[in-house]
Amino acid sequence: MEGELANLGKYIGVGLTAFGMGFAALGVGNVAGNFLAGALRNPSAAAGQTATLFIGMAFAEALGIFSFLVALLLMFAV
Amino acid sequence: MFSLLQEAATTAVEITGEEAVVIDETAPHAADAHTYGDAAHYAAESAGLPQLDVTTFGNQIFWLVVTLVVLYLVLSRVAVPRIAAVLSDRQGALTGDLMAAEEFKQKAREAEAAYDKALAEARSEAQRIVAQNRAEIQAELERAIAKADAEIAARTAESEARIREIRASADQSAREVARDVTAALVESLGGTADAAAIDAALDSRMKGFVQ
Amino acid sequence: MATEATGGGLEFKPMEQFEVKALFGETVAWYTPTNVTLWLFLTALAAISLLVLGSRGRAIVPSRAQSVAELTYGLVHKMIEDIAGKEGLRYFPYILTLFLFVAFANLLGLVPMAFTVTSHIAVTGILAMAVFVGVTAIGFIKNGAHFLDLFWVRSAPLAVRPILAVIEVISYFVRPLSLSIRLAGNMIAGHAVIKVFAGFAAIAAVAPVAVVAVVGMYAFEVLVALVQAYVFTILTCVYLKDALHPSH
Repeated sequence: MEGELANLGKYIGVGLTAFGMGFAALGVGNVAGNFLAGALRNPSAAAGQTATLFIGMAFAEALGIFSFLVALLLMFAV
Repeated sequence: MFSLLQEAATTAVEITGEEAVVIDETAPHAADAHTYGDAAHYAAESAGLPQLDVTTFGNQIFWLVVTLVVLYLVLSRVAVPRIAAVLSDRQGALTGDLMAAEEFKQKAREAEAAYDKALAEARSEAQRIVAQNRAEIQAELERAIAKADAEIAARTAESEARIREIRASADQSAREVARDVTAALVESLGGTADAAAIDAALDSRMKGFVQ
Repeated sequence: MATEATGGGLEFKPMEQFEVKALFGETVAWYTPTNVTLWLFLTALAAISLLVLGSRGRAIVPSRAQSVAELTYGLVHKMIEDIAGKEGLRYFPYILTLFLFVAFANLLGLVPMAFTVTSHIAVTGILAMAVFVGVTAIGFIKNGAHFLDLFWVRSAPLAVRPILAVIEVISYFVRPLSLSIRLAGNMIAGHAVIKVFAGFAAIAAVAPVAVVAVVGMYAFEVLVALVQAYVFTILTCVYLKDALHPSH
């Protein structure tokens, strides 16, 4: 597609993908916050679960990165 | 190498979702889709994202594989065995040292026990000697006291005997003197001294003086 | 470039740093030494010098470099043992290679003017595909057809199992995609943000803020570089665990 209108739509779409990053941030914060809440209740069990924490954060974050990828594709590849 | 490139090319297409294909001398199969070649060129030349520029994928993948293989070989042949050896050496040294320390501790404990035992023995020996000495001294003391008591008793008896003797002799002489004086008195008064009457008088008078 | 903005000399070219250029000459063929090649080799060199030169002393009481090498070794070793179990330790050298490669590529990419090899989907895609293909192969070799139990969730009611199987299969095949895009996306995003902030430094009024922001982002990116290497490795261990013990 060419033209001003197509570019307009493209930029609007790219802007909308930024919401995806925001929601991913909510997800990561949720994981970290719940981990902290659990860790404060039972600090002795917290050390063994750091790996799980990172895996959870990675999964939550990956979806935000996907929205970033969509933005990049819209900007550069479409 | 070739299959890897192919694989990467398909992945790349999947990932990017882009209508492009590998333009690479090493991937002749890419010619199947040569109709899209122009699009790829466009992506490469225009202001596309460098990550999506498939013309450089072959190069990146080739050098990546070379690097990974080199890194893997060096790490698995040199670094990993060496560090594993160092770590197990350290573990061995640590357990050895710990065991030696345990041994020393045991020895120290034994030495302490022996010392304690010797101390207790010495103390009981000392107590025994003290008790013995005390008993000896006590016995000697008692013996000496008994001896002294006996001597004192003997002397007392002797002294009493002498006092009694002296008193008796003093009685006797006082009686004689009194009799003589009485006889002389009676005679000088003109009477006849009756020895028996004088004695009786003396006895009645002197009762109370002489026990 | 689509983000180019021309106004008061303000120029944003956040993606320029990711361009692949030949070191000598113009054309990029598959064998040409490029900036990718240079930084790949520097990455390998850094990893090798940490582990090989660091452990050169073989001392019982380690030097500083040797402790760092041993800590890295211990970190990856413990990670595999905790997640994939003792059987996973057979693949320890490869996972260590992955961890060191990703960690050093990320960190070296933060050197000013450097090229970040892990910001390229081609590179992370190959890393992820190697893990995916390798883990799937290990799964089938070790467990045979039982490896498919991974998709057939026996703890779920029978009626739900086919639906779950579809979801499991999809999530299984998304793994290399998410693994590669997570790493590349993090690297691209971080470097692009730093570049954009650096671009703002051209305006005198906001230059101090921009400099502070660049410093802050840089510190954050150092953290992200290490966390992403850790996450890449830990997910590899999780996938390896699934391959070694497919039953849920």
